Amino acid sequence: MVRRDLTLVMRNRADVATILFFFVIVVSLFPLGVGPEMNILRTIAPGVVWVAALLASMLSLGRMFAADHADGTLEQLLVAPAPLALLVLGKVIAHWLASGVPLVLMAPLLGLQFGLPADGLAVLMVSLLLGTPVLSLVGAIGAALTLGVRGGGVLVSLLVLPLYIPVLIFGAGAVDATVSGLGGQAHLSILAAMLVLAGCFTPWATAAALRISLD
Amino acid sequence: MLEAVDLECVRGDRRLFAGVGLTVAPGELLHVRGPNGSGKTTLLRMLCGLVKPVAGEVRWAGRPARELGDGFLALLTYVGHHNAIKDELTGPENLLVHARLCGAPDDAATLSAALERLGMKAYGRVPCKVLSAGQKRRTALARLLISRSPLWILDEPFNALDVGAVATLQQAIQGHLQRDGMVVLTTHQDVPIDGAVKTLHMGA
Repeated sequence: MVRRDLTLVMRNRADVATILFFFVIVVSLFPLGVGPEMNILRTIAPGVVWVAALLASMLSLGRMFAADHADGTLEQLLVAPAPLALLVLGKVIAHWLASGVPLVLMAPLLGLQFGLPADGLAVLMVSLLLGTPVLSLVGAIGAALTLGVRGGGVLVSLLVLPLYIPVLIFGAGAVDATVSGLGGQAHLSILAAMLVLAGCFTPWATAAALRISLD
Repeated sequence: MLEAVDLECVRGDRRLFAGVGLTVAPGELLHVRGPNGSGKTTLLRMLCGLVKPVAGEVRWAGRPARELGDGFLALLTYVGHHNAIKDELTGPENLLVHARLCGAPDDAATLSAALERLGMKAYGRVPCKVLSAGQKRRTALARLLISRSPLWILDEPFNALDVGAVATLQQAIQGHLQRDGMVVLTTHQDVPIDGAVKTLHMGA
């Protein structure tokens, strides 16, 4: 499943590039809008990068199941004699590899724009590495629930953004704490815990949501 | 043996059908007939467990299919209205994904033999988006040729196919029935199939 989805992504590379450019541009707009005051930029950097990552990851959610829904592949997944939650997990992993990992890799470059110190950049990457899979996992539930609904894109953001808040708080908090010298360890541990929890439970919820959407 | 008792389906606040019962024994074909909108596709999706009946249940060998779960799904191959063909993948890649998903034989020889029988071998290297509707349908139907499941559920399988492909599919269905397989299909075309053919007329 992961391999199939990744092959599909590779044949639609423009999609990944769009998400990445969205992320870069949103983050780059802030220094232009706020002005080149280094101290302010440094303070808002973690929040800005994280909010942009949330939005970018949310933008790509629509595609997670929509194409499969339209061409009937989703029906085949449901009637396949394999646990649907596992298939869902496979799709989520592929989604994260295509949309989350590029963000993680791009983040330090953007952090530099904001004058983040080296340890801050490292923690920013780690926090995104732990946090973006949670975004994909939780977002999958929203994407599954809004399948075939008119105006699904807006609905997804209403459903999913509130659930993203904890990830945002601890993700940006980890970087803040590191930069201010407190150490971001606690925040990162909580992010890791969220990842484990989301990894265990959201595939089942998504599978149930898919069954409802296709009924 | 596939059995359905007293199935009822409600869509929105409209009752699509109620009290639908059917049995399909090994070696039998059930032809579901009815005008457009009479609920043929929904009935088929219900048999696959994609739609939950408001009342009644689907049974396999006397046990509720819902209880059997994946055990029941392993016994059926469903080709729906949509082809479930990925435009970006080639025919063999599409078939391979399906074979892996369903635990059907997935070696290259079996797959290419299935595609060859449906006349799709020459298109093995092109992405499916350049294929015509009929060619996509053929690629989707190649699933039946590699399937080892006893129950085939086919929604309008002859749609978009040319005469040659209809004949091939007809042979495949007959072969399946001779091996004690079961087929449930909907079609508006009159395609003669030798053997035990039952008809179910849907409402309206």
